[in-house]
Amino acid sequence: MRVETWRSWLDERLGTEAIREFLRRKEVPIHRHTIWYYFGGMTLFLFVVQVVTGALLLLYYRPSAEAAFESVQFIMTEVEFGWLIRSIHSWSANLMIATLFIHMFSAYFMKAYRPPRELTWVSGTLLLVLALAFGFSGYLLPWNKLAFFATKVGTDIAGDVPLIGPFLLRFLRGGEEVTGATLTRFFGFHVAILPGVTTIVLTLHLILVQKHGMSIPPSLEGARVRTMKFFPNFLLRDLIGWVLAIGALAALAAPFPWGLGEKADPFAPAPAGIKPEWYFLFLFQTLRLLPARVGIFEGEVVGVTLFLLGALFWMLVPFLDQPASRGWRSRFFTGLGVFIVLYIAVMTIWGYLA
Amino acid sequence: MRRERRKRRRIPRSRLWGGFALVSLVLGGLGATVARAQQKKDSCLECHAALEGPLADPVTLMKEDIHRARGFSCADCHGGDPTSDDPLAAMDPRKGFVARPPHRAIPALCGRCHSDAEFMKRYHPALRVDQEREYFTSVHGKRLRAGDTRVATCTSCHGAHGIRSVQHPLSPVYPLNVAETCARCHADAEYMAAYRLPHDQYNRYRRSAHARALYDRQDLSAPTCNDCHGNHGAVPPGIASVAHVCGQCHVRQSALFRASPHKAAFDAMQLAECVYCHGNHDVLPPTDEMIGTGEKSVCVSCHPPGDAGYQAAERMRALIDDLSRELERAQAILDRAERAGMEVSRAKFELSEARDALTHARVLIHAFSVKEVENVIRPGLEVARRGYQAGERALAELNYRRKGLAVSLLFLLFLAALLYLKLREIEGPK
Amino acid sequence: MSPWSEQRRKLLNILLGTSVGATLVAILYPILKFMIPPEVIEATQTSVVAGRVNELPPNSGKIFKFGNKPGLLVRTPTGEYKAFSAVCTHLDCIVQYRPDLRLIWCACHNGQYNLSGKNIAGPPPRPLEEYAVNIRGEEIVVSKM
Repeated sequence: MRVETWRSWLDERLGTEAIREFLRRKEVPIHRHTIWYYFGGMTLFLFVVQVVTGALLLLYYRPSAEAAFESVQFIMTEVEFGWLIRSIHSWSANLMIATLFIHMFSAYFMKAYRPPRELTWVSGTLLLVLALAFGFSGYLLPWNKLAFFATKVGTDIAGDVPLIGPFLLRFLRGGEEVTGATLTRFFGFHVAILPGVTTIVLTLHLILVQKHGMSIPPSLEGARVRTMKFFPNFLLRDLIGWVLAIGALAALAAPFPWGLGEKADPFAPAPAGIKPEWYFLFLFQTLRLLPARVGIFEGEVVGVTLFLLGALFWMLVPFLDQPASRGWRSRFFTGLGVFIVLYIAVMTIWGYLA
Repeated sequence: MRRERRKRRRIPRSRLWGGFALVSLVLGGLGATVARAQQKKDSCLECHAALEGPLADPVTLMKEDIHRARGFSCADCHGGDPTSDDPLAAMDPRKGFVARPPHRAIPALCGRCHSDAEFMKRYHPALRVDQEREYFTSVHGKRLRAGDTRVATCTSCHGAHGIRSVQHPLSPVYPLNVAETCARCHADAEYMAAYRLPHDQYNRYRRSAHARALYDRQDLSAPTCNDCHGNHGAVPPGIASVAHVCGQCHVRQSALFRASPHKAAFDAMQLAECVYCHGNHDVLPPTDEMIGTGEKSVCVSCHPPGDAGYQAAERMRALIDDLSRELERAQAILDRAERAGMEVSRAKFELSEARDALTHARVLIHAFSVKEVENVIRPGLEVARRGYQAGERALAELNYRRKGLAVSLLFLLFLAALLYLKLREIEGPK
Repeated sequence: MSPWSEQRRKLLNILLGTSVGATLVAILYPILKFMIPPEVIEATQTSVVAGRVNELPPNSGKIFKFGNKPGLLVRTPTGEYKAFSAVCTHLDCIVQYRPDLRLIWCACHNGQYNLSGKNIAGPPPRPLEEYAVNIRGEEIVVSKM
């Protein structure tokens, strides 16, 4: 009785009954590609881990060139479980980018972007850009030598963007050089601007996913597809995945605490073999392979321009893949996807070995 | 320029005249030289610049010359009359012209100005004026006086035309170039054969710790030839004065040595103090093996087994080895902990105190007293042991984390299994 | 598999409930521990309290810890405070103040620095890095320049 009164009290104010009704009706198709449905939820879970550990790190982190390195060192040595929280934040960030890529490519190959889910795809690609921006800005925050020079190289590349390059470079660095000003900016991006924008885009993305439900790959469309209830069947499976993910994070963080390196010294010579984080490696390697000049243009400018056009193309895939939107098979886009995956894989490995 | 001129005008005439009178009174004959230096007309430069080959070289070289920069010119050393355009009149020996000042006359020629304190004060008040006198105390100077014209004189080291300030990196007597300048003669086997002098000092010096500091680290305070031998008064330091020479920089070692029982013994045996163990030109960075009773030990050349010195050497070596071993051990375990991702920078910092003690002990060896060395080594050992313990603790902490991880992993797997069972329960047949 | 008995179902629910609860505790415990400020409060270090005002008589010095490097606080014979890095520029020994010489002195090789930190004798190739000293109430605060 009492539970009933509470429930109706809440329902009147929050509309919980509608949500419960929605959850009751929400179903997930079961077929041989169902496994890929879990990666979206996994990415979301890791994002939550990032938010929680990130908020905790904020309690001790100090965003200035003089104190940043020392404060991270402080977290790693003096604060109880500081080593764990920071290591999980770093590992979870990397795992999140990995699951995000898997989620994106599975959606791509299952052609989940067909109408009416074009905007889900577009918002997803925006989330990719945001995640990469999170990674790039967060990497600098410990203010160590490697991060310092990686940021220098990374922002240099941003300076090669046609037309707005020089402006972009200044905008990112907060000046002509990577300095304490850059650190403060990156901190602002990392903990305020990016989270704000991400909240909006992520909410949109999730609402769209709920609105349209799970997409079924074209190869299975029309056939009778079994389904399971989202709650509790699918969610329980998700939960198992998340528990295992916590295990994986602990298994990575405890024996492999994220190193701190040496404090950045803007006047020290760049150490040999500066490499960006692995998820930027394919971009970096491509730029390195380009000749100094392509025709009348600088090689790097050409490379950056091509990548920007590629990203735009990728974002607009739902509108360009006409065959898929009409329900036909679109071999070209599948082939293109395979090519891109192979390209990224080869370039990443090459960049890693080089 | 203009401002200078205006300033000059403000000086009252009477005072100006007084100044002139004073200068010409004091400088006497030199007044003429100075006046000449300030004259505009210089036919030497005008003609020789137009010539070719060796006759034009001095003009080109003189562009870099410090004397030229101070307003001196050819005639100030070579004599003659630079106001005349007629070569015969300008280079008239009757007007003091000397085409090539003879080797023997050079110290006096340079000394004409450089030994004159009053004169030098006008150009470089801090510069010494005893180089000429010093020179004649050197072996070079003495031999020159005795008629040997193959020895070095001023121009041999400083150059003749194009003399630069000692502070100029291109000057042959700039610290980085001194050894090469001396080596031009002293590393020449043929040249040295006549004097029955060795010619390997330069090569030996280049191997030394001093040369490494000077050339590799560009530490200009590191000694080169002249810092031990003197420059103008170059002589080989005698046995008695070697310790004083080294002690200029190695003050502490030399003081310890002089207070030690070795001082009297070395004096009695006529041994050159520092040099006997460390060598002279090829002073190598000292190693711990020099002390003790091992193969490379310098102690055993005098102390036979069993004698008190032999035992002391053995003991000091053991102390130093102890600390350096403990230090290495602590360093190694801290490195290992660091590589495993543990933060041990504080322990590493504290270890620097032990390293400090080791460096200190190595200096204290020169007191040749076991007790002195022990007093420094003991606290160092304590610090090194603490560092080692910190490393051990860090590794234990890592181990603890791994165990905690294993437990929590098992636990999480158990939870995942339960969730799976729950799923089976829901989806299984009712 | 046989149908689930009521008992098994109950047991599973109990186990599941406790494990989920325990997991939450296991996650919250490090988080709460993390949030409790540790004993050492400052994550230094651009400035550090090197000592108290009445601690040093004129013509004396003391070593203090500046981040992970030793620093040397000197009170000059005239009563002024000066602070330097205490790491000798020669072989990284720790320097000290010598009241008898009124100089900063390195015991290892007799390196000497004057009270401006300039290397004036012995092997040190460079001056000591100087820090700024400010008096804040009773505390002597040393900071990087």
